[in-house]
Amino acid sequence: MIEIDDLTKIYGDATAVDHVTMTVETGTITVIVGTSGSGKTTLLRMINRLEEPTSGEVRINGESTLATKPHLLRRRIGYAIQGHGLFPHHTVARNIGAVPQLLGWERDKIRARVDELLSLFSMEPAAFRSRYPAELSGGQQQRVGVARALASRPDLLLMDEPFGALDPIIRARAQDDLRRIQRQLGSTIMLVTHDMEEAIRLGDMVAVMDGGKLVQYATPAEIIAEPATPFVAEMVGDVERPLRLLSLIPLSELVEDGEAEGAAMPAGASLRDALAACLWTGRSAVPVEKDGATIGRVTFAAIRARAELHA
Amino acid sequence: MTLAANRIVAGEGVQVWQLATLAETLPGIAAVGAGLLLGVQAGRQRLRVAGAIIGLGGLFWLLMRGAPALMEGAGEYARVSPALGFWCLLLILMLLLADALAQRTPGPVARAGLLAAVLGTLGLILWSGALSPLSIMQEYAGRRDGFADAALRHLALAFGSLAVAAGIGFPLGILCHRKAGLRESVLPTLSLLQTIPSLAMFGLMIPILGWVGDSVPGARALGIAGIGFAPAFLALVLYSLLPVVANTVAGLAAAPPAALEAARGMGMTPGQRLWRVELPLGLPVILTGLRIVLVQNIGLAVIAGLIGGGGFGTFVFQGLNQTATDLILLGALPTVALALVSAIVMDILVELSRPIPKDTA
Ligand SMILES: Nc1ncnc2c1ncn2[C@@H]1O[C@H](COP(=O)(O)OP(=O)(O)O)[C@@H](O)[C@H]1O
Ligand SMILES: [Mg+2]
Repeated sequence: MIEIDDLTKIYGDATAVDHVTMTVETGTITVIVGTSGSGKTTLLRMINRLEEPTSGEVRINGESTLATKPHLLRRRIGYAIQGHGLFPHHTVARNIGAVPQLLGWERDKIRARVDELLSLFSMEPAAFRSRYPAELSGGQQQRVGVARALASRPDLLLMDEPFGALDPIIRARAQDDLRRIQRQLGSTIMLVTHDMEEAIRLGDMVAVMDGGKLVQYATPAEIIAEPATPFVAEMVGDVERPLRLLSLIPLSELVEDGEAEGAAMPAGASLRDALAACLWTGRSAVPVEKDGATIGRVTFAAIRARAELHA
Repeated sequence: MTLAANRIVAGEGVQVWQLATLAETLPGIAAVGAGLLLGVQAGRQRLRVAGAIIGLGGLFWLLMRGAPALMEGAGEYARVSPALGFWCLLLILMLLLADALAQRTPGPVARAGLLAAVLGTLGLILWSGALSPLSIMQEYAGRRDGFADAALRHLALAFGSLAVAAGIGFPLGILCHRKAGLRESVLPTLSLLQTIPSLAMFGLMIPILGWVGDSVPGARALGIAGIGFAPAFLALVLYSLLPVVANTVAGLAAAPPAALEAARGMGMTPGQRLWRVELPLGLPVILTGLRIVLVQNIGLAVIAGLIGGGGFGTFVFQGLNQTATDLILLGALPTVALALVSAIVMDILVELSRPIPKDTA
């Protein structure tokens, strides 16, 4: 558990982070989202003490971060940034093994960990281990950057716009990968982005910042359904709000008995996908399947009713 | 070739075919001609290399055959030296060789091998005594001990000042890298030092160190005086500081900011960042600074001869006083050779220090 307690950072006469208090549960992804200059980076950097807070403190599993020397603290906290920051003169293996090496792990243990992480990120260890960063694509560099941040099994992984430099298709894949790996490892992640779409897609919890203040801290569904301020509503975007909401709800929630024409959709797919299928194929309902067996249908009318619940 | 009655007067020209019997000069002339012909085969680098080597062989053959033949019966004080034609041909063939080799872009190891082969051949020719009738070699024969002394002195001046400048310059460069304020005052000061003309700098050292030698107890015992080794050495160190410090700063600044931020974020201490990230990435630039200093100091050390600092400059200035061209050459040629060899060796080191293998970057 990460407790951020009344954290404030003042530069000269500008308040970058203004009395932020929030608690992050272990094993979840928390996304901090806001416009540029809203203090997201500063908040994140105060957690691993790349910036010292003007006031307030951070506790990780009950222990104040002020109790440890900053560089020792940082070795326990993963940090991944936009533009990956890989060492250009080190191979992929040395880059990923950087923190374990600082921690004094044995060579064999580091090598095994590097291979394990490369496989986890769908990169064949034998093919990638001894390459240099310049020999990788942008998406691969970014994955190595995240693998490096995860290498020592940190208590917490901080990510500052980690997908900012990727094009949309690779970006979506990187987000899916991160989600999958986080579930697999049970990591605790705090991720900064200016993209609400990304926040809703990735976050178990979303923290919206505006002018250094934390204006809403809630689940993605709540953020969409009940924006706390006009600023949050604007970030979510009125036009897309119903669709965003539908994209968070699985078919299994609305499934009912009955027949429907056409190809079946998996129960885990979202209402947004089902809506798209209805519109595109001119159907008024789609069959829903689970583990290969049809379990019922979801109707166009039911999707519409669900969306109107929040209108 | 020129043949002169003694070492001072201007010689008279002797054409290549008049050097010796035709049977002796013909192979040499033929080789030079063939070498040049092969040399113009643009695009066939292997042939051009072979041509240059054959041509150089012919040239030295002519030198070795011609000199003793001319000396025969020319009198005890007579001197023979290569003339303009020889130097031009030598230059052309060397350029040809260098260009042809450069086109083949040999790796660092191959270049080191080539350098060793060239030096070995040159050493063998000199050691064999085949060139000893030449005037420059006679100047050498008369100063065998002096030459060895001068060579050692020259090396001590050039490498010693480099070592001291590196010893001061690296830490200063690292400090300048860390503190922008320091950088803004140090670099302009060093640039100013660099703009002092070398003669003036050596001249300035005379009163300054003379005063130190006279007024600081014990300084004289250490050899600190207005003229001699100490002022020359100090002047060279001062000249070296700017390239060392400036290149250290530039090299350390070469690391990508995102990599440094990541290094800090993963918990590296400032020392670890310096050793693991900044220095390895900056090493080629830093070594390039040392290369500049070394080549510069080998050249500048000649001027040390003027204030009694020793080195090859002694011969150059003696030669100038006596208008003995070959004595000047005895100082100048080894200096040029030393500078060339140092430059090549340092280039090889720079290449080897590249943190990322070239074919991957
Ligand atoms: N080192 C600094 N010195 C002065 N002001 C800063 C510094 N870092 C950030 N700021 C200011 O603090 C505010 C928040 O910055 P930042 O945390 O980088 O925002 P975000 O990451 O949300 O774009 C901005 O107004 C920025 O100008
Ligand atoms: Mg930011």
